[in-house]
Amino acid sequence: MPLYLNDEQTMLRDTARDFVAEHAPVRHLRALRDAKDATGFSRDLWKQFAEMGLTGILIPEASGGLGLGHVEAGVVLEEIGRNLTPSPFLSTAVAAVEALKGTAHADRWFPGIAAGDAVIAIAHDEKAKFGRAVALKAERAGNGFRLSGTKRFAHHAHAADLILVSARTAGSDTDAAGITLFVIDPKAAGLDLRPERLADSSLAAHASFDGVEVTADAVVGEIDGGADPLGRLLRAAGAGASAELLGVGAGASDMTLGYLKERKQFGTLIGSFQALQHRAAHLYSELEVARAATLKAQQLLDSGEPADEAVAIAKAMTGLATTLAVQEGIQMHGGIGMTDEYDIGFYMKRARVLAEMFGDSNYHANALAEAAGY
Amino acid sequence: MTQDLDTFRSETRAWLEANCPPAMREPIRSEKDIVWGGRNPDWAHPDQKLWMDRMAERGWTVPDWPTQYGGGGLSPAETKILREEMKRMGARTPLNSFGISMLGPALLKYGTEEQKLEHLPRIARGEIRWCQGYSEPNAGSDLAGLQTWAEDAGDHYVVNGQKVWTSYADKADWIFCLVRTSKEAKQGGISFVLFDMASPGVSTKPILLISGYSPFCETFFDNVRVPKSQRVHDENKGWDVAKYLLGHEREMISGMGLDRAGGNPLIEGAIATVGLDDQGRLADPILRAQIALFEVRMRAFSAMSERFLDELKAGRAHPAQPSMMKYVGTELNKQRHELIMAAGGSDALEWESDASAKGARPRAWLRTKANSIEGGTSEIQLNIVAKRILELPG
Repeated sequence: MPLYLNDEQTMLRDTARDFVAEHAPVRHLRALRDAKDATGFSRDLWKQFAEMGLTGILIPEASGGLGLGHVEAGVVLEEIGRNLTPSPFLSTAVAAVEALKGTAHADRWFPGIAAGDAVIAIAHDEKAKFGRAVALKAERAGNGFRLSGTKRFAHHAHAADLILVSARTAGSDTDAAGITLFVIDPKAAGLDLRPERLADSSLAAHASFDGVEVTADAVVGEIDGGADPLGRLLRAAGAGASAELLGVGAGASDMTLGYLKERKQFGTLIGSFQALQHRAAHLYSELEVARAATLKAQQLLDSGEPADEAVAIAKAMTGLATTLAVQEGIQMHGGIGMTDEYDIGFYMKRARVLAEMFGDSNYHANALAEAAGY
Repeated sequence: MTQDLDTFRSETRAWLEANCPPAMREPIRSEKDIVWGGRNPDWAHPDQKLWMDRMAERGWTVPDWPTQYGGGGLSPAETKILREEMKRMGARTPLNSFGISMLGPALLKYGTEEQKLEHLPRIARGEIRWCQGYSEPNAGSDLAGLQTWAEDAGDHYVVNGQKVWTSYADKADWIFCLVRTSKEAKQGGISFVLFDMASPGVSTKPILLISGYSPFCETFFDNVRVPKSQRVHDENKGWDVAKYLLGHEREMISGMGLDRAGGNPLIEGAIATVGLDDQGRLADPILRAQIALFEVRMRAFSAMSERFLDELKAGRAHPAQPSMMKYVGTELNKQRHELIMAAGGSDALEWESDASAKGARPRAWLRTKANSIEGGTSEIQLNIVAKRILELPG
């Protein structure tokens, strides 16, 4: 499989690019922010994504989806990133779909996702930095479980139809075994969801579980065997977040290059200054390297080969490259880049949020080092 | 098709297992482990010749060249499989050569049938070692500013002038060389010629470098007779050949030192020197973090190289993309050797001891400092990316 998009994938990219740019450009985000929209994203837009078939991109055809892969999901996520589109696509259509695939919950939820009716949130983080530890307790209670503890950084959870929660059913906090993944009704008694607005104006919830009771059929996969669906979820989410982050970097870079070609100072286009040309060329190189790493991870996921390391490399590299892209974006725009009126600042904020999501560059570099035994 | 490739993979794997001598599966540790071939080959180990000859016999020193020119006639997919299988078993490259990486592709594109038949099979078999006559004193990055003059003398040229930074000119058998055949136009007055370094009037003088080695030479031409039949492409059109060849050179340099067949000396070296703590982590946490972040970039760049080669084979690569690859690859290689030195501590500073393989580490570290100068400086590559890919104003 060559490491570039094939013809079908290129066509899908062009379709997604036109669709997202038309229906959800940056001013869509700006309008939601200015209105202090309480949902944080548009349900109408989610429905339009569904009409295009995109929400079911990873859902098998037999279940009403497009039955495509992570490369295709990444193509859509890159356009979402490029336009800073607030959307539950990553959590719902990518992370949740991969976690639920092949489990008893797929039949129940896939039609709703494919139709654009269902939004699913992921509640996994417990601390300010993403990590492997899971402390939230799920104790057996009668036929089911009772969940106690806290989660945070759960995007869209306050507006979701379902929440996927990782919980500890055995062992100690940092064990990989003994985790169980649950589906939880956001309206369940004892669950308090407190949405907080973040720097990029998105909404992520703090979730307190105070003895939330669920029946045994809320388990995704096997009891104590959550590492399996959670692993699928995190690999898909890591590759997906890389693609969205890459889109943010590419969008910022395009905007900056455009500015370099039109802004005049000292009577000449600033893009002709060698100091800026070299930095722009360096930025281009970093983004291209990140793009290759991301596609590699997606292709490995699609071929079913081990992809943990490739996903870690993709997320770490897109984090580094996109951080550079947004920093250079503001710097090269000069003072206007600092104004709220201009869009480049929105890219910086979104990049920071996505860089933290599912582990930052340091987290993934550390994971690589551990895997290599140093 | 897929099944054919699976068969090709298993047959290739079996052949490599049976034919690659164990000594040729050891990581490259120093300059002398690299095989260059030529009329006066320098074998550090008898298996080097065995391995080169066996591979050459199958055309696998140049697997994707046509068979009539000594190549393996493999498709892009098969070539990729061969490289993957060699990497998998840690097999060394059987033959390194500017003939393979630079002149060969240029001859395949621009050479006459006679020139191809004369030179390519000998390159493939490692019989002739080539050097490159591009740079000149005072020209530096201004490559087209060359002065070496080739005077028209009927059926041949008479060449006079001087080249500099000619890699291994003192060990090379033939040279591919840029000469000026017209003073009317800068780039449009250059021709591309080939000649034997044993021709009367050719002399070389090694340049001692900060690494203590002299891989580069000054090369002098004093009334050297070069038959016109040895000119590649039209007179005054040599710049086209040069540019095409530079793309291949940049691609080659970008990958230099990053192929880690048979382990990761950086990580192994760091563990050996610094040790692991009780959690199994490198005992110097800052060095560990630097190495980990470097590995992210290095492995992402590996994916970039794979992508570039795939795009190249499909005819989809931007012609200026090798400049980007060269820039990133050489900067990474320099960074890697800084980390190798930091990881090695004072052990890595020994210059002459047997334990240090006569200072292999510091000499290799110093050598990498030329990576971002040779083949066009990093600044030149960034200029090319800015102008030709990003289309920034001139």
